[in-house]
Amino acid sequence: MRYFFNFLLRNYFIIVFLILESFAVYLTVNNHTFHRSIALSVSGEITGRMENSVNNVTEYLRLKEANTRLAEENSRLRSQIPELIIKKFKQVYSKNDTVFKQQYQFIPAKVISNSVTRRNNYIMLDKGLVDGIRQDMAVIAPDGIVGIVTKVSTNFAWVNSVLHKQTKISAKIKKNGFVGTITWDGEHYQHGTLNDIPANVLIKKGDTVVTSGYSHIYPSGVMIGRIRDFTVDKGYNFYDITLDFSQDYNKLAYVYVVVNLFKEEQLQLEQFKVDE
Amino acid sequence: MNNKLTSNLIRFILLVLIQVLILNRINLGGYMNPYLYVLYILLLPFETPKWLLLVSSFAIGLCIDSFSNSYGIHAAASTFMAFSRPAILRMITSKKEYEPGIRPGIKDLGFSWFLTYSILMIIAHHFILFFLEAFRFSEFFITLWRIILNSTLTLSIILLSQYLIYNIKQKD
Repeated sequence: MRYFFNFLLRNYFIIVFLILESFAVYLTVNNHTFHRSIALSVSGEITGRMENSVNNVTEYLRLKEANTRLAEENSRLRSQIPELIIKKFKQVYSKNDTVFKQQYQFIPAKVISNSVTRRNNYIMLDKGLVDGIRQDMAVIAPDGIVGIVTKVSTNFAWVNSVLHKQTKISAKIKKNGFVGTITWDGEHYQHGTLNDIPANVLIKKGDTVVTSGYSHIYPSGVMIGRIRDFTVDKGYNFYDITLDFSQDYNKLAYVYVVVNLFKEEQLQLEQFKVDE
Repeated sequence: MNNKLTSNLIRFILLVLIQVLILNRINLGGYMNPYLYVLYILLLPFETPKWLLLVSSFAIGLCIDSFSNSYGIHAAASTFMAFSRPAILRMITSKKEYEPGIRPGIKDLGFSWFLTYSILMIIAHHFILFFLEAFRFSEFFITLWRIILNSTLTLSIILLSQYLIYNIKQKD
C-alpha cells in the first residue's frame, strides 16, 4: 500500500493531468448532454448577461443605424395614414410623402403555378411587364420571403423560389444583427440553412431571422423564419444553422412584388465602385 | 508570495475578459482568431506548484469554453499546454537558471529564449485545440494549415504584448 501511495505521489503530475484532460475531452464529446446540466445553465446565464451588457455598450456605436431604422419605421407608419395613400396605378400601392423618400412599392400578384418538391422550384405570377414587374425584383408574402423574379413576359413572371439551388439571400438574426446567407439544401421544403454566422454569437432555438437589406433586392427586416437547430461546424468558427421558414411555400396564394425605387441609383453607385 | 498570487489572479481575469469580450469577436479571413489567453500559462512563475499549474490552466480553458460555446476544447488544450510546460522548460536551457524570482518573460530571460518557449507552448496548445475541434483526419491538412496560421497570429500578439508592457518599465 505504501508503495502504491509512493507511486501516486511520484507521478501525481501525470495523474492530475490525465484526470483533467480526460474530463475536458469527455466534455467535448458529450457537450450536448452537459449542456443541460445545472452547472452550465448557471454559467450560460452569466455569459449571456455579460454578452448582453457588452451589447449595451456597443449599442451606442450603432445609434446612428438605430436612428435610421426608427426614421424608416416612422416613415412607414406615416404612410399608413389614410390621407397619404393614393392609388397611383391600377394596383400599385404607393406612399405620397413629402418628408421621407419612399424606397419600396408593392405590387400585389397572384401565384398561378408553384412547386416545392424539386431541387429547383419556380413560381409563376399573374403579373408581368405591363404591371411594372421587372427582372430581379423581390417577391414577398404576408409570412415571409418568397423569391426573386427571373423572367418576365408581358403578362406573367417567373420567380426563382427560395427553394432553389441558386437562391442566396442575405439574412440577419433579428436580435443581434449578425448577417449570414440563407440557402436551401434541397431536402425538406420548410427547412432552410443559414450560414456564415460566427460561432461566438449567442443564438437560441426560435430566434427570428429576417432579411438584412444589404442587397438592392429585398427590403430589410422581412421575415424569413426561426432557428430550428444549430451546431458548430467542426473546424470552422461558424454555426451550421437550420431554420423553419415562416412562410409555408406549399400554400402560396397572394404575394407582393417589391419595387425598389432606388435600385438604379444603387446599381450605378456599385458600378462606380467596380470602375475604380 | 501573496503578491504574486494576486497579480496572477488579476492576469487570469484580465486575459479571460480580453479574450472573450474583444478577441473572440475578431475573425480574420474566416478562421483566424488570436488566442491571447494562453499568455497566462506562459507567464506563470517557475515555482508554481505543478498541480496548481494544471488546475489553473484547466480553469482558464474552461472559462473561455463557457463563453465561446465550445465545451471542453479550450480546457483540454490548456491542460495539455500546462502539462508539457515542465518538459519544454527542461528542453530549452538558458544562461540563467530558472530560479525563484526570475519570471518567464523577455525581460528576464531574453528574446530568443522567450521566442522558442512560446512557439513550442503555443503549438502544443493549438495542436490539441484545432484537432479536437475538427475531430476527424479527413480534414487533416486544412486543420494543420489552420494551426500554422493561428499560431503565428497568437505568437505575434503575445510578443507584442510583452513589448507593450515590459519596455515601458525597462526605460526607468
